[in-house]
Amino acid sequence: MVSGILSLTLWLPVAGALVLLTVPREQVRTIRSVALVTAILDLAASVAAGVAFDRAHAGMMQLVERVPWIPSIGVTYHLGVDGLSLPLVILTTLLTVLCIVYSWRVELRVKEYMILFLLLEVGMVGVFLALDFFLFYAFWELSLVPMFFIIGIWGGPRRTYAAIKFFLYTLVGSLAMLLAILILYFHATPRTFDLIALIQQKPLAHDLPLAILAWWGFFLSFAIKVPMFPFHTWLPDAHVEAPTAGSVLLAGVLLKLGTYGFVRIALPLLPNAFREMAGLVAVLAVIGAVYGALVAMAQTDLKKLVAYSSVSHMAYVMLAVAAAAATGARGGLQGAAATALSGATVEMLAHGIITGALFFLVGVIYDYRAHERGVLDFGGLGLRLPVYAGITMLAMLASLGLPALMGFVAEFLIFLGAFQIYPELTVITLVGVVITVAYFLWVIYRIFWGPLNPRWAQLPDVDVRERWTLVPLAALMVIVGVYPGPLVGMINLAMINILGLLR
Amino acid sequence: MLTHIAWIIPLLPLAAFALIVFWGERLPARGSAVSIAAIVLAALAGLGVLGEALGGARADLTYTWVVVGSRPLTVGFVVDPLSATMLAMVGVVASLITIYSVGYMQGDPRFPRFFAYLSLFQFSMLFLVLADNFLFIYMAWELVGLCSYLLIGFWFERPSAARAAVKAFVVTRIGDFAMMIGILLLFLRIGSLRFDDIFRAIDLGGIGGPTLTLAALLVFGGAVGKSAQVPLHVWLPDAMEGPTPVSALIHAATMVAAGVYLVARTYPLFLLSPNHAALTVVAYVGGVTALFAATMGVVEDDIKRVLAYSTVSQLGYMMLGLGMLGYSAGMFHLITHAFFKALLFLGAGSVIHVVATNDMKRMGGLARAMPVTFWTFLAATLALTGIPPFAGFFSKDAVLAAAYAHDKILWLLGMAGAFVTAFYMGRLCWYTFAGEFRGEVPAAHGAPGGALHESPAVMTVPLVILALFAVFLGWVGAGALGNPFERFVHFERVAPAPESPGMLAVATAVALAGWVAAGAVYAWKIVSASGLRRACPWAYRLLVRKYYVDDLYAIVFLGLGALVIRAARAFDQYVVDGLVNALGWLARQLGLGLRYVQTGRAETYLLIVFLGVVLIVLVRLAW
Repeated sequence: MVSGILSLTLWLPVAGALVLLTVPREQVRTIRSVALVTAILDLAASVAAGVAFDRAHAGMMQLVERVPWIPSIGVTYHLGVDGLSLPLVILTTLLTVLCIVYSWRVELRVKEYMILFLLLEVGMVGVFLALDFFLFYAFWELSLVPMFFIIGIWGGPRRTYAAIKFFLYTLVGSLAMLLAILILYFHATPRTFDLIALIQQKPLAHDLPLAILAWWGFFLSFAIKVPMFPFHTWLPDAHVEAPTAGSVLLAGVLLKLGTYGFVRIALPLLPNAFREMAGLVAVLAVIGAVYGALVAMAQTDLKKLVAYSSVSHMAYVMLAVAAAAATGARGGLQGAAATALSGATVEMLAHGIITGALFFLVGVIYDYRAHERGVLDFGGLGLRLPVYAGITMLAMLASLGLPALMGFVAEFLIFLGAFQIYPELTVITLVGVVITVAYFLWVIYRIFWGPLNPRWAQLPDVDVRERWTLVPLAALMVIVGVYPGPLVGMINLAMINILGLLR
Repeated sequence: MLTHIAWIIPLLPLAAFALIVFWGERLPARGSAVSIAAIVLAALAGLGVLGEALGGARADLTYTWVVVGSRPLTVGFVVDPLSATMLAMVGVVASLITIYSVGYMQGDPRFPRFFAYLSLFQFSMLFLVLADNFLFIYMAWELVGLCSYLLIGFWFERPSAARAAVKAFVVTRIGDFAMMIGILLLFLRIGSLRFDDIFRAIDLGGIGGPTLTLAALLVFGGAVGKSAQVPLHVWLPDAMEGPTPVSALIHAATMVAAGVYLVARTYPLFLLSPNHAALTVVAYVGGVTALFAATMGVVEDDIKRVLAYSTVSQLGYMMLGLGMLGYSAGMFHLITHAFFKALLFLGAGSVIHVVATNDMKRMGGLARAMPVTFWTFLAATLALTGIPPFAGFFSKDAVLAAAYAHDKILWLLGMAGAFVTAFYMGRLCWYTFAGEFRGEVPAAHGAPGGALHESPAVMTVPLVILALFAVFLGWVGAGALGNPFERFVHFERVAPAPESPGMLAVATAVALAGWVAAGAVYAWKIVSASGLRRACPWAYRLLVRKYYVDDLYAIVFLGLGALVIRAARAFDQYVVDGLVNALGWLARQLGLGLRYVQTGRAETYLLIVFLGVVLIVLVRLAW
């Protein structure tokens, strides 16, 4: 099937950025409009890809584009989507649109700001679409640079420290991955960077020590990105300092690059090594789930609190991935592994939507209203801001896994699957869920309930533009929560396919 | 034919919820009319389903929730005698309470939102009753918990209400944590979430022995939280911070009984655990709770909190009945209790509405001013204390008969509880309705001049209807009439315990003794209440401090918990992040150090090269 829809989705933001280069920097309205139109067109392109996508065969790579690029070293321009990457791509394009809508009031260096967001979109979409290691690595690094500048220029008081920490920490991981990619490349016959070909070949299938070495390379890179305990401390700093839209994309999409890498690459490419190391990953995940929740509970800065809740929630994803890796190709537990992995993918999406919404919500109160985000600084806002309070409570309840909202579907599937493989560890992770309930309820109690703090007696409720950023996310939380069948069905097919590659 | 479309019933209140959320103020009667219309329709449909079920209709409708792996997760709805009875009860009680709320909530600025939450709750509760699988029941379970949280904290600007709401959600979630593990364990062993599949697997030996007992007890953990049984009972008295119709609907009649319903719904799990181990635990938790909670009601001055302890205690009786193989007895007590306890709360609400206080010591003499409230309240009180021929007499004695047949200790606990129940209810009635009025009527609530008066008809008519149930419903389970309830709602493998006239007489005598004791203290003042307090101050303190359970939890969970999270934060900041920063510092120092090597002076480089050569040569020679 020949179709350029994926390339269109991938490169459209570059075109928009190029147009922006020609716009004089004083024409702020034009800059914003161009950025918004580009992002909306890109969302439309990704949705069109979703429409063209055959969901009955969601396990297979579809809309594939494959062109030799540097044949001498086996590099191809290879794009494709399956039930795993398609929803993540749409999540990315959607969140980018919402970020640009939300950032309408950014006044500082608007032109650079919008160009960086569009470039960031290219990097993120590229990682999800790439089926060639060369491309994958290029986009992986590309996603790093715009975020570095977004934090470093538009960030809070400690933005330099946070930006450098974020950049260096994740760069160390990237280099480890580069080594792993090279190990694989030099052991492949014929030498290729093509991901699908490498997965079929499994060059290190009979060399376990080397496979484990390569696995460590991928693990470091992905685990830092997720971030897994104990590699997580760049995240709170980056989130606290990043501007709101930066935080949204960081939590909503960039973290998923790590978990996506585990599922798409580490799992099918190095199944033997991953099975050996699954226990370690599972233990780190469980520590992250409980420890992240405990530390979140100790935070009074809302952004830090949501950041640590991300550490905790992404750990659920990793528990599921580890569980699937541990079963390997063992027949009896294929169903459990598919359940856990499906849950993991739904959790990636759910976390992207819910935590994205939560960072927007923190921004709504911090950027343009109170200029405070300490949990203890508020009180009684439910009286003054009913719509804001309602949407925030919805997002927090979704985050703590309330049934009929998206987070529950993800968590339930993860636990249902993981319990069959790691029962004890899953039980400990459930303790993290209870702690999560406690801290989110505490936040609602401190911010929205009780008597109104007179300091905030004049705060206005959410305005139209903020409503437009929040309502789509809130609607998605409810729709997928109530009717998860189609989405889970599509993801499930992709997961069965990936598990089939483990043999 | 309603049986086969029973799943539509919960959707009616759900639609009302959506309408009120989006168009609240613009709807007729500020949304209350929509809410009432939905629940009354649901109640009529529920009664229709009950009628069809009495005629033998059954249904089990299944759908695929999601497909994971190659296996679809099937879920669905069940209509059988158990769910049909619950459906009708929830519909009728909820309808009456929703109508009553129009009067009670009049003038509240968030009036539409109240009815929105109420409708959401009704949806969740009806959904829970119809669930034929653990997934749906867990989802509904959490949703009713959410509504309970939102409605306890309805007046969220009051810090005590806000705290009570959080406490209720977190405490019940601890029970749900156990329940979730139980569900996962059953799925691990059986591979299905549907009750039918699970029961069949148990019969075929797919799961048994200690694992089955463990699974049953974990599921029971959820019931302990939701039904406020010891040791998770602490949230229910505080939940009285919610508006009184909420206390009646959620915290007396329906949601708190969901725990009992869950045990009945998954009865084979408990029944088939080896040596009835799981059932014995259920019975003992229930029996201890029945007495323990009743004693705390004796020293409470807040009229709603007395009723809350009473609810905890009565839920204990239901658990006791189920645990002692009295399947029908426990369920029958659930149904009768729903009606008379809802009536008690609504009566209390009627009183509070007029006198604007919960403190019984500031009431008194209300029987004359509020005759409808008084007479209906009295009927419910007689039902609760088990005086024949009121409803509670039949159901409570069925529970006690089951206990007597299997475990005399539990029977004694139940009898002691019955005595205490009569005592605290007698105390409550005399304080509230007899003697002279001791408080003052706020002018805003009363008629001009602040006189005592009866509540409006929108509140008293539901009271009268509920009173009819409290007076007559017991006959449905009367042995003399062949116990129609037992013939309809029963579990094939357990036989009802025999009831003897002697036991009925003893139980009635104990209840009357409780009334007489209360009268001696509070009506005829033969013994003075303060004299009793002085006679055993330690016992009084123990009861007022609620056996120090709340204090213990405060130390363990709030105190120790705060320490743990502070330690975690410090560890994160100084150890985990400290290492990262130390690594960065090290790299920087290394760079600063190496800077002195890169001087750019050719002489230095040559010197180093020369020294290197010398070193290599020396090493080679020494080898």
